[in-house]
Amino acid sequence: MTSYVIRVELPQHLRKLAGIEGEAKLEVEGLVTQRSVLDALEARYPMLSGTIRDHVTQQRRAFLRFFACAEDLSHELPDTPLPDAVVQGTEPFLIIGAIAGG
Amino acid sequence: MSKVRVLVGTRKGAFVLTSDGKREKWDVSGPHFAGWEMYHVKGSPVDPNRLYASQSSGWFGQVIQRSDDGGKTWQTPGGEPLPSPGASPSPASNKFVYDTTGPDGKPLTTHQWYDGTQHPWEFKRVWHLEPSLTDPDTVYAGVEDAALFRSTDGGKNWNELPGLRGHGTGPKWQPGAGGMCLHTIILDPKDPKRIYIAISAAGAFRSDDGGATWKPINRGLRSQFIPDQTAEVGHCVHHIAMHPSRPGVLFMQKHWDVMRSDDAGDSWTEVSGNLPTDFGFVIDVHAHEPETIYVVPIKSDSEHFPLDGKLQVYRSRSGGNEWEALTKGLPQRDCYVNVLRDAMAVDTLDKCGVYFGTTGGQVYASTDAGDSWDPIVRDLPAVLSVEVQTLS
Repeated sequence: MTSYVIRVELPQHLRKLAGIEGEAKLEVEGLVTQRSVLDALEARYPMLSGTIRDHVTQQRRAFLRFFACAEDLSHELPDTPLPDAVVQGTEPFLIIGAIAGG
Repeated sequence: MSKVRVLVGTRKGAFVLTSDGKREKWDVSGPHFAGWEMYHVKGSPVDPNRLYASQSSGWFGQVIQRSDDGGKTWQTPGGEPLPSPGASPSPASNKFVYDTTGPDGKPLTTHQWYDGTQHPWEFKRVWHLEPSLTDPDTVYAGVEDAALFRSTDGGKNWNELPGLRGHGTGPKWQPGAGGMCLHTIILDPKDPKRIYIAISAAGAFRSDDGGATWKPINRGLRSQFIPDQTAEVGHCVHHIAMHPSRPGVLFMQKHWDVMRSDDAGDSWTEVSGNLPTDFGFVIDVHAHEPETIYVVPIKSDSEHFPLDGKLQVYRSRSGGNEWEALTKGLPQRDCYVNVLRDAMAVDTLDKCGVYFGTTGGQVYASTDAGDSWDPIVRDLPAVLSVEVQTLS
């Protein structure tokens, strides 16, 4: 099965929680989707489980968004393939926290 | 020589304040987990270097942190990488999943919502962490929406004690303005099977079998905001305190009214006495005088600040009813902060130290049982909780 190295950019608080400097680089085998990327992220950094998607429903937390290649992919189905540029590692998969004060 | 460690949870991080037994000079460590809401940080009575912390965020949800060196370093329990994606079982120290069946086998999935309709239970955050009195790896968590969870592996995995929500009155519980939170957990030091908890706005509950079954203990409470003012449940209990030498005697700060029970919560009597207002959040007991108790009167349920801009702790040396104002060292003009329910604690040194934190970011300490006060720090984020460890 082909494997790919996927670049994931996380909000600062999650980088700090997981002890990640800069982007996370994750090896993903097979189809590269939101689900397979997040599975790989949570396996490598278990402390991030539940902080991006709900433990049980697997739904994206409400104040987070998924972007890539200047597109908002937040409402794509979790098993939809990610853009080829993300798969090939030329673009990162962005996990973004909503802007809010306080 | 003795040492005191004060664990402070704030809206934007946790702080650890340490001093020697004189309690004159303080080192301030933090912010730990900067930017996160730290609802509660508490140490194990068995192993004082074992600390548990509740870290939460509107963006990222709940995280549990643990320290095994008194707060110098922290870890998420069970946060080690898995050998491969999808490997199991994966510990999830922040996974609080409600048990969906009560002891009678019926699903228990709703409680009363603000508008009186039934609403599903939804996990929001951990308000309070209560480490076991005998095992550093066992810790209880009081959560919003109200339920009690327990971990027996140092915080790696959590399981609900469903008998609390399942005992029958759950559908009558309703959220207060701050949410429907289980904020108080008291473990009886003389009876390991007895646990007290309190919920806003449901009331106080007791288990006599280690958390398997529960009963409401609200007889004597009177609340104007519910149709039946003396109902079995529905009372907005703000906090309960107990002296470890007398675990059957409880003191309660309710939404309004300060109460005491001399029969393990089976009945309550009001001891507000001469307090200028009996609304408030905190209540605590002197470490060596079980009849000496402290509250911080707050003006009202809509005006969450001290009366007349004067921050005053009130002390009763008679277990309630007769109260004296303690003002020395506290601001007596233009002070409009609040003191939240988990933001007062005492140390166990010979001259009992009393500590409280404010929503204005001050942490005040008294080294003479409340006669006089000094700020340890003045400008933290809003203080959510204060716990104290007396270390030898």
